[in-house]
Amino acid sequence: MKYFGSGHGACPGCGLPIAVKTVLNALDGKVFAVNSTGCLEIISSQYGKNAWGVPYIHSLFENAAGVAAGVEAALRAMKRKDEGYVVVFAGDGATADIGIGTLSGAFDRNHDILYICLDNEAYQNTGHQQSGLTPPGESTTTTPAGKVLPGKVGRKKDMISIAVAHGVPYVASSSVGYVSDIRRKVKKAVKFEGAKYIQIHSPCVTGWGIDGSIAIKVARLAVETGLYPLVEFEHGKLTSVRKIKDRKPVEEYLKLQRRFRHLFTHEKGKEMIKLLQRFADENAERYGLDLKKE
Amino acid sequence: MKKVVRGFYSVAYSVKLCRPNVICAYPITPQTEIVENLAAMYANGELGEAEYITAESEFGAASMLVGASAAGARVFTATCSQGLILMSEVLFNAAGMRLPIVLVNTNRALSAPLSIWNDHQDSMAMRDAGIMQVYVENNQEAHDMIPQAYKVAENKKVLLPFMVCMDGYKLTHAYEPVDLLEQEMVDSFLPPYEPAAYMTTKKPLAFGCYAPPHIYMEFRVAMQQAMERAKDVMLDVFKEWAEVSGRDWGGHITVDFPDSKIFVVAMGSVVGLLRKVVEELRNEGLSVGLIKIRTFRPFPVEELREALKDAEKVIVLDRSVSFGYEGPVSIELKSAIYGYSSAEIYSFAVGLGGRDMPKDFLAKIIRDVAEGKERPGFAFKGYQEFEEVIP
Repeated sequence: MKYFGSGHGACPGCGLPIAVKTVLNALDGKVFAVNSTGCLEIISSQYGKNAWGVPYIHSLFENAAGVAAGVEAALRAMKRKDEGYVVVFAGDGATADIGIGTLSGAFDRNHDILYICLDNEAYQNTGHQQSGLTPPGESTTTTPAGKVLPGKVGRKKDMISIAVAHGVPYVASSSVGYVSDIRRKVKKAVKFEGAKYIQIHSPCVTGWGIDGSIAIKVARLAVETGLYPLVEFEHGKLTSVRKIKDRKPVEEYLKLQRRFRHLFTHEKGKEMIKLLQRFADENAERYGLDLKKE
Repeated sequence: MKKVVRGFYSVAYSVKLCRPNVICAYPITPQTEIVENLAAMYANGELGEAEYITAESEFGAASMLVGASAAGARVFTATCSQGLILMSEVLFNAAGMRLPIVLVNTNRALSAPLSIWNDHQDSMAMRDAGIMQVYVENNQEAHDMIPQAYKVAENKKVLLPFMVCMDGYKLTHAYEPVDLLEQEMVDSFLPPYEPAAYMTTKKPLAFGCYAPPHIYMEFRVAMQQAMERAKDVMLDVFKEWAEVSGRDWGGHITVDFPDSKIFVVAMGSVVGLLRKVVEELRNEGLSVGLIKIRTFRPFPVEELREALKDAEKVIVLDRSVSFGYEGPVSIELKSAIYGYSSAEIYSFAVGLGGRDMPKDFLAKIIRDVAEGKERPGFAFKGYQEFEEVIP
């Protein structure tokens, strides 16, 4: 692998290298990579074991969007923009929680950057703590399923809508389960001048409690149940949706993962599964996910 | 060309002459007019190809400078107080990444209670960041320091952020005649920035690696070595500046009346007033001299040892306090001259949060020390006696 590869220390089945390689290949390595602190950074940027074949920078947990904005401003000022695209790779916590300030600033100023949120739905690098993108019902180490609580209570933050609300030209969701979808969206995104946001659902084998061999299957089930709709907004308008032929019940997705296993035995589990099904149904309604039968 | 300008403009105009590629800032009193001046220059097309970006916070501004500097740009920001503290995580990081960012800190107190007025508590909190700190006495020195800051920071023997500290209000808002630099002079003194390493797709490098225990310490030792080298690089640059500008601001410290028995040590704008006070006290027959510390980081250890080796009493006027101990300049000075001077050290924290320090107040402190009315050690001066009421 030319742009990202030998030396990285990701777990077998981890979605991160799949997403990163797909993005870098889609852009032929013409990339300035900006990475927030997190799993990807730790598995790829140890001194002496750099796995990146493109110029790479990691500064802090919560400032990747700001650093990227600075790289972009410098390239603009020094007439070097044709060298490559400025692409952020940040986790869900770095994006939706601690780094949302710099992200909002970069969106607001509409810097010509592509922001990739690698969404594995918790702080996985530090051992599976809940983030703003952790879905309800997930048992994490900071929202553990206990005698009273059935895991996380509350919603998964709707970063897609938050990005769209900033008026940036291109916003999309994608999934490691569909690499051709990632490729297509990345190629399309960089055609837009300004800030672009793509949120990629990415399985974490240790955090989710799945075997590496079923990571792609689980990622696809998130899409097939309607829990992770793959959508695309151009200039604020919904322009494409990945349709689902026979939308599966959310249980099929949940039951494969340790993080949701308690929902099938917990006193409040049924209620939580019902809530998750409702969210999936709402997604289907909102985005028109269901392929209507003739 | 001499012009009467405010401190803000003396900085902004000098920054412009240094031809930065990227300026990012967030407004905060009393820094605001520096960046407003730069924004106006940008709006009028006077900053060449530079990008001027108003950030969403000081944290964001500093973050953008990290990216821009790593991409090979010459960068600038200004801030103070809460803004500097908000930047601090990024600035520690930038120093570790060895990025030659230049910033101006318009010294202001820290909250709580909220205070927009001047002291040195903000920059002192950044003491251990790995950032060079120089304190200026007046707006001409602030104006002159900007090109020198870039030249030192960008020197391949150094490569560390450089913070020019100027007293908020006392300097920023003051109108003073400033001999404004000429573009040609600055261009010949400060060549375009040639980064030792930068982000480019032509030669991909990784910046901001993580370092396990087997290698982390070496990076930090390298920072200390860079600071040590910065001492000499600064002296060379200061000397060159004196030659090309005709204004000699001295080395890491300046010493007035080196043969005195008593010395007053201070940093920043109060030095100007202290000169007058010392002159008057000497006319009264007091053997008192004045030491202005210009460079706080790297700390002028050897210079202070030499200057104070025969001193009997040293009065340190701190504009800050390390709660639970004493003023940071005093702490450092004591540590520097330990074993090299038998002088008694009188450490005073004065002028916190803009508390006035009139001439008579400063003269009384010195006179009292001279007459044996003060004991060596630490005390606050210039506050009203009070009783704290905890409900």
